[in-house]
Amino acid sequence: MNLILQIWRQENAQTKGKIIEYPVQDISPDMSFLEMLDILNRQLITNGDIPVAFDHDCREGICGSCSLYINGEAHGPDRRVTTCQLHMRKFKDGDTIFIEPFRADAFPVIKDLVVDRSAFDRIQHAGGFISVNTSGNTQDGNSIPISKHDADEAMDAATCIGCGACVASCKNSSAMLFVGAKVSQYALLPQGQIEAPDRVQNMVAQMDLEGFGNCTNTGACEVECPKGISLENIARMNRELIKASIKS
Amino acid sequence: MSGILNSSIGRKIAMALSAFFLMFFILQHFAINILSVVNPETFNEVSHFMGTNPLVQFALQPILIFGVIFHFVMGFVLEFKNKSSRSVNYARNNGNANSSWVSRNMIYSGGFILVFLIIHFIDFWIPELNIKYVVGDSSGLLEDGSGYRYFEELQHKFVPLWRVVLYCVGFIFLSLHLLHGFNSAFQSVGANNKYTQSLKGLGIAYAILIPLGFIVIALFHFFNNSH
Amino acid sequence: MALDSKIPEGPLADKWTNHKNTIDLVNPANKRLLDVIVVGTGLAGGSAAATLAELGYNVKAFCFQDSPRRAHSIAAQGGINAAKNYQGDGDSTYRLFYDTVKGGDYRSREANVHRLAEVSTNIIDQCVAQGVPFARDYGGLLDNRSFGGVLVSRTFYAKGQTGQQLLLGAYSAMNRQIGRGKIKMYNRHEMLDVVVVDGKARGIIARNLVTGEIERHSAHAVVLGSGGYGNVFYLSTNAMGSNVTAAWKAHKRGAYFANPCYTQIHPTCIPVSGDHQSKLTLMSESLRNDGRIWVPKNIEDAKAIQNRQLKPVDLEEDKRDYFLERRYPAFGNLVPRDVASRAAKERCDAGFGVNKTGEAVFLDFAAAIVRYGKEKAHVKGLNEEDDSLIQILGKEVVKSKYGNLFQMYEKIVDENPYETPMMIYPAVHYTMGGIWVDYNLQTTIPGLYAIGEANFSEHGANRLGASALMQGLADGYFVLPYTIGNYLSKDIRTGPISTDSIEFEEAETKVKREIKHFINNNGTKPVDYFHKRLGKIMWNKCGMARNEKDLKEAIEEISTLRDEFYRDVRVPGSENEFNEELAKAGRVADFLELGELFAKDALVREESAGGHFREEYQTAEGEAKRRKEFQFVSAWEYKGAPKDAELHKEKLVYENIEVKERSYK
Repeated sequence: MNLILQIWRQENAQTKGKIIEYPVQDISPDMSFLEMLDILNRQLITNGDIPVAFDHDCREGICGSCSLYINGEAHGPDRRVTTCQLHMRKFKDGDTIFIEPFRADAFPVIKDLVVDRSAFDRIQHAGGFISVNTSGNTQDGNSIPISKHDADEAMDAATCIGCGACVASCKNSSAMLFVGAKVSQYALLPQGQIEAPDRVQNMVAQMDLEGFGNCTNTGACEVECPKGISLENIARMNRELIKASIKS
Repeated sequence: MSGILNSSIGRKIAMALSAFFLMFFILQHFAINILSVVNPETFNEVSHFMGTNPLVQFALQPILIFGVIFHFVMGFVLEFKNKSSRSVNYARNNGNANSSWVSRNMIYSGGFILVFLIIHFIDFWIPELNIKYVVGDSSGLLEDGSGYRYFEELQHKFVPLWRVVLYCVGFIFLSLHLLHGFNSAFQSVGANNKYTQSLKGLGIAYAILIPLGFIVIALFHFFNNSH
Repeated sequence: MALDSKIPEGPLADKWTNHKNTIDLVNPANKRLLDVIVVGTGLAGGSAAATLAELGYNVKAFCFQDSPRRAHSIAAQGGINAAKNYQGDGDSTYRLFYDTVKGGDYRSREANVHRLAEVSTNIIDQCVAQGVPFARDYGGLLDNRSFGGVLVSRTFYAKGQTGQQLLLGAYSAMNRQIGRGKIKMYNRHEMLDVVVVDGKARGIIARNLVTGEIERHSAHAVVLGSGGYGNVFYLSTNAMGSNVTAAWKAHKRGAYFANPCYTQIHPTCIPVSGDHQSKLTLMSESLRNDGRIWVPKNIEDAKAIQNRQLKPVDLEEDKRDYFLERRYPAFGNLVPRDVASRAAKERCDAGFGVNKTGEAVFLDFAAAIVRYGKEKAHVKGLNEEDDSLIQILGKEVVKSKYGNLFQMYEKIVDENPYETPMMIYPAVHYTMGGIWVDYNLQTTIPGLYAIGEANFSEHGANRLGASALMQGLADGYFVLPYTIGNYLSKDIRTGPISTDSIEFEEAETKVKREIKHFINNNGTKPVDYFHKRLGKIMWNKCGMARNEKDLKEAIEEISTLRDEFYRDVRVPGSENEFNEELAKAGRVADFLELGELFAKDALVREESAGGHFREEYQTAEGEAKRRKEFQFVSAWEYKGAPKDAELHKEKLVYENIEVKERSYK
């Protein structure tokens, strides 16, 4: 199939960007979206142009590198997939496809479609861990039984891949789904209880410092999240923060 | 506890708490107003009580005013902050794919409600203050002293068509605001559990029935009077 | 230089403990004076960086991704082995050791493997303490599943995302140290050379991938946790960015490269769909717990299925060939990966493949659905004869076990695996070979260490499922942090290492020269063009089955291709900016050298062992034929061109395990 791509081009963080149109031909419906962009890039390089920069790595939906706001949605029109898992069979011959970076001031553009998501890392530095040193003398893994329900729920929260689709699709550029997921994972497990009050307060403080917007519960993040992280995690984070504030 | 209001989540919770308060206020406001349809006499008595009871006047009323102002100011501040967290907008954004129109446009429904409230204040509340505290008549009686003035004043207000239309539109916006706001407030304070689904139903019922009730009251008086 | 593996004396089971008790330690105050560079932040690098920082060293960690959390360990699905024996099925440290050595076709180092088995249980405890949400049973205890090549259930898992959860655990430990300032993290940085001063590794040259700046970083020791080189095949289950550059540059600076030809071809990957394919997707080995692998018995049926005239579900049971169950009754569908892959290739080569290119076999869950459905019906007291009910119940169970994998398959292939069998084909997945290290995980360059997939030591010629995660974390959490102290204890008076030395100067100039070459080269073809061609040579001539003629050709072809690459590659843009093509060019340049050494190694190894199958050396039944005289590690010393590399042999001695014919029948 043949497509018209409208792609955001921006040389670097300092310059202003704009949308530029590129036609691509003979795209197979079995291709992934990024393979389609590979073809465009090969074409650009061969013609002596600069290829479109985009983040990608594992191409199997788990590393969280790939981003892209495709036709007005984070990771494109399909559900529960990342851009690298999105296949061209979701589009029709002749379609025009808008491709933009994940936009938020907390995610500055590095080049074209590549953004800097290190704000997420810094939120994790503030408290996304359980303080346990590596010693080989930690207690046996089975010494604290954890109910299957809690373990599964913690796992569901922990499946977050940190791609930033929640921020990109939120009208407020809020990072609460991301932070909520991490806070929830530890809040649901007995190991996480001791540091729980500090953790939620520090992570939320860092989140605010990074310039993410506030959550207004539109639920867009949950719909666009490629891993289906539930809004319940945000509610849990809110509870955790209330608890922590009362305690301290 | 002090730090919580400085955090984004703290503000969100504060929004939710003021929303709860306002939703409760609307409920009681509705409960009193509906009396004007069912039983004008009780309506008069309750109105008089509310209008003259010192606890209501000097404790609850200031809290209400504070709640309203807080909810609006905070709403606008947050909206401004949220907007400014994305300075370059998407060329194409398909918001309908992942969220409801009402949830994304609380600022507009809220803004219209504010306009409505201002008119409502000028219409009801300022004359009321004038009578009670400037003129100094706290009797609540009609000028001829034949009874309480509240019901008659209410009827009188709903004679002009423009006001009835304004009220109806205002309540439609209130309904839109509540359709997202009711459940959003619960989510904000962390209530997301097995009851969430039932709560959602309750929220929708509240968001539709209460504003609809207000509209019915307005229309009731409008049609009753013009006949 | 003679190879010294530095294996401690004493009985196998006491070696590690004795070693730990006798090596030198660095006192806490002195640790503050020592810097360590860690390249790569996957399971090995991430866990090492965190642990070294916990101990008090100043760590500088580097990754080319935008966050340490994105290292490709994240994609490991199935699980991690540990000899906990929670299931009471007879597991033990010795048995894990035994299975690993046997699984590696008796080509790994006994002492290293035993140490791995010893610390395996600590890993689980550590990860649980970190908040890794391992799967639990209804009693709240840790759950296990079974993996290929073993007869016990010792694999711990977190849904189909075990690698992700373990990596996020290591990442969280790193985050704590980054927050404390003990780790300085360099994201989007690529290591382009090791700097050796007075014979010791004293730093690296790295390129900032955002600004293009070439940076010098010094330290008292350098640790490479930079992963494997499967992408030399172009198509593999590795991430697009996974590369050999760090390891290869170390090799060129004097680190021996061991067993490059030992490559694991994973049997259960989604088949190639077309020429546009950029990478392959793995379906977890755990699927072989319940899926049955088959092709049609008759060639006509195979042809009909290939042409889509016959639906696989319509083919009668007796016309199907469950070839793994037929050939290996004891292990059935759970034979080790090399065996399963070769068996699938054998059937496809014979014309029984089931997709349009004939390069796929079926992985069928129909029987599992019925079995689970009946079980569930029995438990619930429902009618076990009601077929449609059984189907519904069975699919529910299968969904709860493998739901995310099935969903992934459906998204990629556009077929529903609950209704029609999956199609799978082997793909390059893991490289057992890597930088040669001694027992202390030190390379032949003093002060340079290699951990995780980047080194060679534990898996021999074939790695068992769920052992990569175990090895990466064992190296990073429990081995390297001890052994590196022994080396660093001699460096407490050295003081900070200057980056102004002539060695740093020379390394930087060399790196800049290569970059300049790419940027100024007026070539015509993109980097991928050459990478793809390299991949084709590798897959066709150094893939699942190799022979002398092909390997000799491969060496020549790769060498020619490399010349062509340097002549004709086009790298757009400049060096002072974010330039992915430039980064790719450097990586492919190194693959083009490694590939040649790979083929040479395969040529020299005149036997079949694990992932290395030489057609000349097979039994009458087509099984791999090992040769006693090749019971050694090939460690290659760089001598200017890959094909001129000099071979050093490390004899492998088995004192605690009987070297037997490896049989899974």
